[in-house]
Amino acid sequence: MQLANPLVSRAVRSRSTVPVVRTSRRRRALVPPVAFFFVILGVWELISASLAGSRKFLLPPPQSVLIHGLLARDAYSQILPSFLRTAGLALGGLIVAMLAGMLVAAVMYRFSWLERAGFPYLVALQAVPVLAVAPLIAVILGYSYVAKGIVVVLIAFFPIPANFLLGLRSVDAGLEDLFRLQRTSWWTRFWRLAFPSALPQLFTSFRIAAGLAVIGAIVGEEFFQAGVPGLGMRLLQYLDQVEYNRLYGALILSSLLGIAFYSIFTWTSSRVLRSWHESAQVGR
Amino acid sequence: MQAPSLALSTATSQDTAPVVPALRFSQVDLTYPDGTVAVRDISLDVASGEFVAIVGPSGCGKSSLLRCASGLIAPTRGSVQVDLSHLGYVFQDSTLLPWRNVQQNVELLAQLRRIPKEERNELARSAIELVGLTGFERHHPRRLSGGMRMRVSLARSLTIDPRVFLFDEPFGALDEITRERLNDELLSVFQSKRFAALFVTHSIYEAVYLATRVVVMSSRPGRIVAEHVVPFSYPRTPEVRFSAEFSRVAGQISSDLREAIA
Repeated sequence: MQLANPLVSRAVRSRSTVPVVRTSRRRRALVPPVAFFFVILGVWELISASLAGSRKFLLPPPQSVLIHGLLARDAYSQILPSFLRTAGLALGGLIVAMLAGMLVAAVMYRFSWLERAGFPYLVALQAVPVLAVAPLIAVILGYSYVAKGIVVVLIAFFPIPANFLLGLRSVDAGLEDLFRLQRTSWWTRFWRLAFPSALPQLFTSFRIAAGLAVIGAIVGEEFFQAGVPGLGMRLLQYLDQVEYNRLYGALILSSLLGIAFYSIFTWTSSRVLRSWHESAQVGR
Repeated sequence: MQAPSLALSTATSQDTAPVVPALRFSQVDLTYPDGTVAVRDISLDVASGEFVAIVGPSGCGKSSLLRCASGLIAPTRGSVQVDLSHLGYVFQDSTLLPWRNVQQNVELLAQLRRIPKEERNELARSAIELVGLTGFERHHPRRLSGGMRMRVSLARSLTIDPRVFLFDEPFGALDEITRERLNDELLSVFQSKRFAALFVTHSIYEAVYLATRVVVMSSRPGRIVAEHVVPFSYPRTPEVRFSAEFSRVAGQISSDLREAIA
């Protein structure tokens, strides 16, 4: 029967066995990076062991970082609140950047003269090194939580309006005609057509911004060394105190935070776009 | 897939041709902002129950004429009379929303017209049935073939009960077999709904097979250079394509078309 009708058998197969195939393929896809992880650990171990005794503190072996830098009670009780603090700062800044970025893009999309006037500056502002602006922020807002938040927003903001606007602008002309024929309002065209069309670009911008927000949070904390200590302040503190186990622990946590942010948006994006957009079909 | 049934819907069929045409072009000129004259002095009436096909060389302004008829662009001179509230329009491309499934895509126009949910569900259901896509309601466009996408596009326009139906080379990108099948399906929809159809195509055979009248346009600026009445009644069967009469009409149109280009 399967032979008689290839179309049916393919449809049946795609329902019943593809998920299984997919998991095993996913599992197989995990093998190289996991293997590579152990290679890195090995190299780390080797370099650490090869360092002369007086310089050994510069790179403690992995198990030492894990045990003394992360798992020891006084280590994690200090680093975990800092981790959460930084995560909160990055997330808060990211949400502000997302809302502001979408609003800016939507307004520019609505009023094209605003886009013509403002878009060059949007691109130019992206080139301003945020750390150069940080002292100014400090003068205006003090060494506050808000000041750190501003740094996060400034670093994470720009990819969002730029990409979202690009997405809004590349709506299919035929679809635009279809909506115009129904004499729809601008708002309807935006909500039912342009916004969903731009979702792939919007999610791309969120992914980029999420990674940047974590960088922004840590940079902000390193610059404004005040208030409740986050990962950025801990990094500098451990460097000062020659607590290299904890320093590497904090570094690892910082990276994990960035990866987590990025992964959340990659996952959400592929969930939302799965049914219709090509980019979501390719396993990553 | 079976061709949809030929059941006549009594509500929409009109056996007597109305005095006022459903679509009327009166001396329409269309000049683009850059000065290019797209079409010149087009006067054309399409009555309900009439199927007019336009053939012409590429770039002769056939599509512009349809955009004019739909109000998407205004004529530079002359006027177009048409009831825009019941205007169906099928584009070269199926123009489906990729994030919506078949059912949701077919419901789109009714939704934009704020027709209540149950009512538009029902409208979409019967349109989907009419184009033979029952069972594919939950599929997304990405998973459909080109021919199926065009069917969805057709069904979407059918939900607004078109009195005038514009077709802009809708089957141009399809393979021959799919195209012929969709021609037959379109004809059976036409026979049950009796709208006024204006169909732009590159294919003389398609034009003669579908239309009651074939209009030949010259190259730019597009003018109407010939008009042929197709002597076949509906329903038409595919065999009509191989009759001597069909070849004669197609041959005449073909020679007119060659003259129009020269």
